[in-house]
Amino acid sequence: MSSIRLLVGTRKGAFVLTSDGKRKNWKIAGPHFAGWELYHLKGSPADPNRLYASQSSGWFGQQIQRSDDGGATWTPVDNKFAYDGTPGTHQWYDGTAHPWEFKRVWHLEPSLTDPDTCFAGVEDAAMFKTTDGGKSWHELPGLRTSATGPAWQPGAGGLCLHTILLDRAHPERIVIAISAAGAFRSDDAGATWKPINKGLYSKYIPNPTAEVGHCVHHIAMNPAKPNTLFMQKHWDVMRSDDAGDQWTKISGNLPTDFGFAIDVHTHQPETVYVVPIKSDSEHFPLDGKLQVFRSKTGGNEWEPLTRGLPQNDCYVNVLRDAMAVDTLEDCGVYFGTTGGQVYASPDGGESWSAITHDLPAVLSVEAQTLP
Amino acid sequence: MSAVRVELPQHLRKLAGIAGHEVVLDMTAPATLGAVLDALEAAYPALRGTIRDYTTQQRRAFLRFFACEEDISLLALDAPLPEVVANGSEPLLIIAGVAGG
Repeated sequence: MSSIRLLVGTRKGAFVLTSDGKRKNWKIAGPHFAGWELYHLKGSPADPNRLYASQSSGWFGQQIQRSDDGGATWTPVDNKFAYDGTPGTHQWYDGTAHPWEFKRVWHLEPSLTDPDTCFAGVEDAAMFKTTDGGKSWHELPGLRTSATGPAWQPGAGGLCLHTILLDRAHPERIVIAISAAGAFRSDDAGATWKPINKGLYSKYIPNPTAEVGHCVHHIAMNPAKPNTLFMQKHWDVMRSDDAGDQWTKISGNLPTDFGFAIDVHTHQPETVYVVPIKSDSEHFPLDGKLQVFRSKTGGNEWEPLTRGLPQNDCYVNVLRDAMAVDTLEDCGVYFGTTGGQVYASPDGGESWSAITHDLPAVLSVEAQTLP
Repeated sequence: MSAVRVELPQHLRKLAGIAGHEVVLDMTAPATLGAVLDALEAAYPALRGTIRDYTTQQRRAFLRFFACEEDISLLALDAPLPEVVANGSEPLLIIAGVAGG
């Protein structure tokens, strides 16, 4: 029988949650790296026991940890993320030029085919790659040095590269997103990149339809339909059916289209999940009711999913990397909150229950479906 | 040759797999702050980048160096450490800023 392993990154350590395929009873292991911030952990699709974790601290900087046994034991690997050449500058909050400075790894995306290859999205925004299981990291400088790089500007959370999507059908394709620069795509394995922000409208920047400057919060893709991308922007939920060349707004009847997390059903490429958040200045659910919204029509028509979720006095946030789906037939959906809850739905969102209520603030959730 | 004692914050000891509160470094080079940090990172590679920024080699902002009840954080990297630190009588303390809340 299949089992599920959730990799949960929090403000104060990492936790590994496991259950059988029923997803009713869970064991919680951790905290690993207690006291450190774990922005993201992810397992290799080619070897589920190979995990990578981004461990960081305001005191001690960045660490990368690697596990070869599914998270039971960990080994620190190389933590040197040096920009290629002289980094140059991007825009600071006040519009002045600011030198590129490495701060942390936001997202780790292991290769679909090679456990020793993994991509890292970092702040200040750049792409790094290892091909030796984390023993060394090198930048893919074509992104940072692309024509628009000097114009990129950080969002409140920093100039972070937080989303990396790999495409089994197009092995040379990589889609990434940066707050607050926008979305970018490479069709040559990361050598060159182009902004893919046509159709985005951001009223908080001087030119709302600018080529870059959009605060993209997250992008999700169903591997079976890789040209279709779903985006949660600062405001607006968007979709593209041509790998990001053009975007269309699909917020439809959402009560608010601000949010961070977005994901797609494993077996239904037009079924999308978001967690609406009240506004950019009030990062909590509307009216104290924690609601996941699901569209079965690829957007525009959304339904609230509330069974098992708190509908009174709930003022948590769900961050961009804190939602995941498993690949079991009835598609489990998971998300973690800044209040330390991790919720699971074993039935595609129809019903929810809390695996745990009391973790530190959750930064990321990834789901592994194990044979 | 001298043996320099270095006391580390708990998070760094755990990261590097160090039992106890301090490490003892056998120094062949003169015991300067820079030489001790070099020796520490050579003995415990997991500490690279944690005390000094990889790129700038500057001390991380929330860490300070103390010896003999003196803050020596601003001591030049090539300046000699106090004799009692160089001969192991007193430890070099690497202290992390306290965090509340």
